[in-house]
Amino acid sequence: MTAHSIDKATTSDIVGQFGARPELLVQVLQTIVSRYGWVSETTIRQLATELNLSRADVHGVVNYYHDFRTEPPGRHIVKICQAEACQAMGSRALTDHARESLGASLHETSDDVTLEPVYCLGNCACAPAVMVNGKTYGRVDQDRFDALIGSMKEAASDGN
Amino acid sequence: MTATKVYVPRETSAVSVGADEVAVAIAREAKQSGTSIELIRNGSWGATWLEPLVEVEVDGARIAYGNVSEEDVPAMFAAGLLEGGEHKRRLGPIMEVGYLIRQDRWTCWRCGLIDPLSLQDFRLHQGFNALEKAFAEGPDAVLDSVTESGLRGRGGAGFPTGIKWRTVAETDADQKYIACNADEGDSGTFSDRMLMEGDPLGLIESMAIAGYAVGASKGYIYLRSEYPLTYAILTRALETARDSGWLGDNIQGSGFDFDIELHLGAGSYVCGEETAMLESLEGKKGIVRYKPPLPAHEGLFGKPTVVNNVITLASVPNIVNLGGERYAGMGVNRSKGTLAFQLAGNIKRGGLVEKSFGVTLRELIDDWGGGTASGRPVKAVQVGGPLGAYIPAAQLDTPLDYEAFVDIGAMIGHGGIVVFDDTADMAQQARFAMEFCAIESCGKCTPCRIGSTRGVEVIDRMIAGEKREENYDLLVELCDTMEDASLCAMGGMTPYPVRSVLKHFAEDFASSGGDR
Ligand SMILES: Cc1cc2nc3c(=O)[nH]c(=O)nc-3n(C[C@H](O)[C@H](O)[C@H](O)COP(=O)(O)O)c2cc1C
Ligand code: SF4
Ligand code: FES
Repeated sequence: MTAHSIDKATTSDIVGQFGARPELLVQVLQTIVSRYGWVSETTIRQLATELNLSRADVHGVVNYYHDFRTEPPGRHIVKICQAEACQAMGSRALTDHARESLGASLHETSDDVTLEPVYCLGNCACAPAVMVNGKTYGRVDQDRFDALIGSMKEAASDGN
Repeated sequence: MTATKVYVPRETSAVSVGADEVAVAIAREAKQSGTSIELIRNGSWGATWLEPLVEVEVDGARIAYGNVSEEDVPAMFAAGLLEGGEHKRRLGPIMEVGYLIRQDRWTCWRCGLIDPLSLQDFRLHQGFNALEKAFAEGPDAVLDSVTESGLRGRGGAGFPTGIKWRTVAETDADQKYIACNADEGDSGTFSDRMLMEGDPLGLIESMAIAGYAVGASKGYIYLRSEYPLTYAILTRALETARDSGWLGDNIQGSGFDFDIELHLGAGSYVCGEETAMLESLEGKKGIVRYKPPLPAHEGLFGKPTVVNNVITLASVPNIVNLGGERYAGMGVNRSKGTLAFQLAGNIKRGGLVEKSFGVTLRELIDDWGGGTASGRPVKAVQVGGPLGAYIPAAQLDTPLDYEAFVDIGAMIGHGGIVVFDDTADMAQQARFAMEFCAIESCGKCTPCRIGSTRGVEVIDRMIAGEKREENYDLLVELCDTMEDASLCAMGGMTPYPVRSVLKHFAEDFASSGGDR
């Protein structure tokens, strides 16, 4: 995951992988956002042209879905489940803890970590559930949360 | 000497609590000790509370070890893991684990049992037998079996599947579609995911049967983006099916063409509503359509479309194999067959329990679930996701039966059972129901879009103790309006959890901890 903006050629490549089919707009956007974290105004324009859609259409779709960020996120994305099964196991307190320890509220970024809500990860029998950079974790109490964040940061500094 | 088979699930929940690390540790220990093992990454049996659950095949029996951690593995090897040796994690033969043997596994029976990505293993366990039988007996026989089974939609609405399929079969069109709803947005539900991760070829077979029965040559799976591992597993399974001629043109020489495209959602709950899902599959905003036309007449790209939930579809192969009558013989009243119930939230033994309808909530929560995880008394149980009512402890003897649930103002939905203990603040839960509706509303109807936001405000005032009675009346009025004037169940049923809190837990508004 990088917060770099996608370049023009790569965007074209992705559109090409989907056969430039306009009905695959959601799939194209999902591919871009899962790899690059967000979708920029420039990319939206390019998608409109290459998929033969109006810019308003593409904007509408981008703004409709929670997954499609229009601002670059931090290098790490931490999602905490806010839905009922996790609430029953203390996700509200876990979210408070995350807010304090990361210094970011939901939808905010601090120190290159973006904190986001998610409504169910399908891991409701191992609540509370958390997703860190696309990987789901279960039975996450505060200590385990801190450990996950610790190894996330460690892996990042090893990786560079 | 043949390699000893060792099973470690590759399934979201198991992996979320360390199954990958356990698998690595087992491979490493085996290598160090010079023993040869065959490491199989199966699906989960559904005893999620025992994950990571490792099995070793010894003399044809699979010996289970529960809650295994990476750190346990060296000691387990020292204790003779590969011979099924005694160790504190040892549970005994998997087929004797009480949680599993007392179930009625009709739909999820291959989950845990097989290697999900092995065509050979799938075939050894009846895989594609139902599709072959369908080819031999013809589409009408399939439609008859499904109708006779009494199978109803497991996605939430409980509509009879046979009628839906027959409608699409009888509608003339140059193109028809099967759209599998794998959006599984309800909190407390994961049966679709477990089925797709544990038996993906089973879902593929099910969709092909549906396509054959109604005359559709193309299927779509709409999978929520919150399930990345499921996506990876399904992608591989689709390739396997295509490579082996079980998808594509002229499947196994039958003359029937069928292929499946896998699409991802993008974090919208309402895209689980069938018409919003169709819009999303067409690459658009997930805004709910007016009905009629029904998707069965004009669905995806305006063509007749069967929209079914994963579990609905996956119930069909055994209906074809064993007959609709067998399925209809299970369950109670108009709730025929089985449902893959999911125990979640504050529960000691969470997981998937496939049982015939008629079992009570109390049986599921106590006999399988072992009560709350905290050991405290149950206060409320939300069944059927965020649009389902909160059921008080006094009503736990209600049998799981669609109509019995309607009678108490509740719904079974997709079968998620979320338990709360007596520390739960139900005023906050009512508030969340409204808040969730405000976040997820597709925006088409005012009562849903605006009413939900108003609902949050009114509840906040009640919690703050401002004009409690006046606000109570206002909230009831809001609920009435949302119920009456919403196009879909998002706005139309959000009042259910709210009203249930007003009815059973009104005192919590006075004592609530305030805004969060
Ligand atoms: C707001 C909302 C969300 C829904 N989410 C899902 C879902 O995630 N999965 C699902 O199968 N059905 C969901 N449904 C029900 C579908 O609209 C539809 O009834 C179902 O997919 C039909 O398949 P079935 O007959 O096999 O249940 C939802 C309905 C509403 C109103
Ligand atoms: S009830 Fe809500 S979600 Fe459903 S169509 Fe109306 S605005 Fe959309
Ligand atoms: S409610 Fe949190 S994972 Fe399902």
